[in-house]
Amino acid sequence: MSEKKKDEILHDHNHDGIDRRGFLKCMAWAGTGAFCVIQGGVLKSYSLSRLPEPGSKEAMGELSFVQISDSHMGFNKPANPDVAGTLKAAVDKINGLSAAPEFMLHTGDISHLSKPEEFDTVDQILKSAKPKDVFYVPGEHDVLNDDGKQFLERYGKGSKGGGWYSFDKKGVHFVGLVNVMNLKAGGLGTLGHDQLEWLEDDVKHLKSSTPIVVFAHIPLWSVYPEWGWGTEDSAQALAYLKKFGSVTVLNGHIHQTMQKVEGNVTFHTAASTAFPQPAPGKADSPGPMKVPAEQLKSVLGITDVNYVQGQHALAVVDSSLA
Amino acid sequence: MRRSVFTACLGATLMLGMGALGVIQKSFVASAQQKMESMEVKIDNFTFGPAALTVPVGTTVTWTNKDDIPHTVVSTDEPKAFKSKVLDTDEKFSFTFSKAGSYPYFCSIHPKMTGKVIVQ
Repeated sequence: MSEKKKDEILHDHNHDGIDRRGFLKCMAWAGTGAFCVIQGGVLKSYSLSRLPEPGSKEAMGELSFVQISDSHMGFNKPANPDVAGTLKAAVDKINGLSAAPEFMLHTGDISHLSKPEEFDTVDQILKSAKPKDVFYVPGEHDVLNDDGKQFLERYGKGSKGGGWYSFDKKGVHFVGLVNVMNLKAGGLGTLGHDQLEWLEDDVKHLKSSTPIVVFAHIPLWSVYPEWGWGTEDSAQALAYLKKFGSVTVLNGHIHQTMQKVEGNVTFHTAASTAFPQPAPGKADSPGPMKVPAEQLKSVLGITDVNYVQGQHALAVVDSSLA
Repeated sequence: MRRSVFTACLGATLMLGMGALGVIQKSFVASAQQKMESMEVKIDNFTFGPAALTVPVGTTVTWTNKDDIPHTVVSTDEPKAFKSKVLDTDEKFSFTFSKAGSYPYFCSIHPKMTGKVIVQ
């Protein structure tokens, strides 16, 4: 009997229903628009076109949400002259998912120039998304000119300090972090002492079996420091999360999907809904990357995340807009 | 030489001389003006160009954003010597350096972008 065909978990070191080889295989499927769910210790994959009925216990995890990022409303250069149009396409994609996500995370750079009308336009477009609740963290483009005052007024209710907060959904603990304020010359993203202290306290009393999802704009791992793609003090934050069996880190900022698994932590960056950026080091600078118009939607995308209660690892699937 | 020719020559020489003086004067004034005119820094490809700029006291430096992404020009000193608003493509920021010194700055949106103005 061929083990390979059955995709059974062979080495479940963390006893969380997933092994590294299986997880990486799942990630590879993600590029083809596959959908992975971990159920009863076995990875099952479904292609998006063959998903079982919505709400069927067989296919759907218990918690489903979507991450979008870097909508850059107000950007109008050749890399994408219609960022409102591509954001609408992302909403259509979300509305077309057979397991309707419960809510959305926006990992920042909502606006391009922190202008009120840019935020208004995004709010308007997202109103037509089926998931009504949206949780935001700011990107550096959202806190221009006013040290984030406008962002906090719009999206920061109930948040602490520079806009950090946490909430729980179906036993999963979500933490929104802000790493785009008080940036220092020559530096990377930064969380700062106050936020780190808050984080330590926030997760201190949680059981180590609680799945954690951390979301922040700039990657919390060192993707490419030369381009500022990293966070100076993220190691401290991750130290506070070391005890947890499942930590999923969702970031944006780099306008391309990237993932890394390190022990119990899965790092994942989302595509932008506005424009792509070059792969690390593949261009002079990390600016907007022009692609032929007919290819644009294929390099923009959303991220769908599913969690099955009882299994600790989350299934994270990217799908492009075309 | 005939007197009239002499006069004409003298006149021509004088006029040439004065013309030359005038040109010299103009160029003197022009170079002095250039010293007090704007010195330019071009922002493009996530870089300040030139990254290090030396200017005499009293110079106005103008940064122009030629990149397709917004940038800022913010002094790294505390208190900040200067701080631009967000500059979108083709927008400019100017600052007149009235005191000698070294003025490091960066883009507060993309902090890896750094530059320096040295005022002598």
